Amino acid sequence: MARITASVYTSHVPAIGAAMDLHKTAEPYWQPLFKGYEFSRQWMREHKPDVVFLVYNDHATAFSLDMIPTFAIGTAAQYQPADEGWGPRPVPPVLGHPELASHIAQSVIQQDFDLTIVNRMDVDHGLTVPLSLLCGEQDPQEGAWPCPVIPLAVNVVQYPVPSGQRCFNLGQAIRKAVESYDEDLNVHIWGTGGMSHQLQGARAGLINAEWDNRFLDRLIAEPEELAKVPHIEYVREAGSEGIELVMWLIARGAMPDVADGRRIGPAPRVAHRFFHVPASNTAVGHLILESP
Amino acid sequence: MALDKPYLDVPGTIIFDADQSRKGYWLNQFCMSLMKPANRERFKADERAYLDEWAMTEEQKQAVLARDLNWCMRTGGNIYFLAKIGATDAKSFQQMAGSMTGMSEDEYRAMMLGGGRSIEGNRYLGEDGDAQPHRQPQGARPGPRNKA
Repeated sequence: MARITASVYTSHVPAIGAAMDLHKTAEPYWQPLFKGYEFSRQWMREHKPDVVFLVYNDHATAFSLDMIPTFAIGTAAQYQPADEGWGPRPVPPVLGHPELASHIAQSVIQQDFDLTIVNRMDVDHGLTVPLSLLCGEQDPQEGAWPCPVIPLAVNVVQYPVPSGQRCFNLGQAIRKAVESYDEDLNVHIWGTGGMSHQLQGARAGLINAEWDNRFLDRLIAEPEELAKVPHIEYVREAGSEGIELVMWLIARGAMPDVADGRRIGPAPRVAHRFFHVPASNTAVGHLILESP
Repeated sequence: MALDKPYLDVPGTIIFDADQSRKGYWLNQFCMSLMKPANRERFKADERAYLDEWAMTEEQKQAVLARDLNWCMRTGGNIYFLAKIGATDAKSFQQMAGSMTGMSEDEYRAMMLGGGRSIEGNRYLGEDGDAQPHRQPQGARPGPRNKA
């Protein structure tokens, strides 16, 4: 059967992608950030998954105000990097895994999570920056990402976004779905976005490193309690865009120590933890958790 | 019965909720159109004429022409949509975010390098943090700084 062997968490700041695309990663501003991902790239090579289930949010790219799905799973064979206004990122297309994605969609909907199914969409920095961070530079024509990717786009743009509890529960449903797939596949689930940041208004530039680090601690050790944190705490403490962090709870909910909303086993092993301020307007957090 | 909006007492912050989204529909859809290179060129060639193709309010058009992102947000704009205007102007996200604070680009960049804006005094309206209304505009040089 397929199984989820690890979860990866990372911010997906667009400027990180731009720094890689414009070959600025060795500059003093960026060097400390990329150093924090050196371990992760080696880890990815040593623990290459068959599929990455990648939770991210679309930033007014594939979804305008015409349609605002709360949870949208990609079941396509391929996704093109989007032109977000600066031109498409020079990275390879993202190959999907239509069979597993469709299986997960059917299973998760039968578990009462009404996913929107998407067969055609472009993917923006929310999805491609995590891939770049974990897999390094890839030539847009000659290069390729190491494995197929199943995108799950979460609405965190128009309020109200799904609650932390809802996200945590969805993660558990996704793990059940993966484990009911017959083929023997090694699946990673990634939760992306955050950490504290605010991109608007007089409070733009807000960073709350103390809150972020407590979030990381709790995500590892007591996710079932962290899931109860209401939206307003994210907005007030981590900034209006810091609410992206609810997506991390989807990945955490898919770890095998959680079932039926409770912890049933030992916490996952922390393979890597990194925190850095700033990347552009944002605090960057990163975790790799391995299933026991 | 009114909807619960517990976020209205967060200083310097407009939450893009269903009401804002309804107000800003055409403003944000105009922004989306700038994801196509041909539309970016047409907009740059004659901004006013391009804006007049959209069912936006006159105030929204004025806010876009002034590149006043706070004004755009008050009229229903969302930052991820408004970012398409910034992209068309070859502005970075940091330049756009900074433009809403009254700080110069250098001041804002220095604040971020120094660890970002502190949460202290900026959680609730009525405290004394730097994002509070009575401390606006921020930055060493007073006055509006939201030009293109």
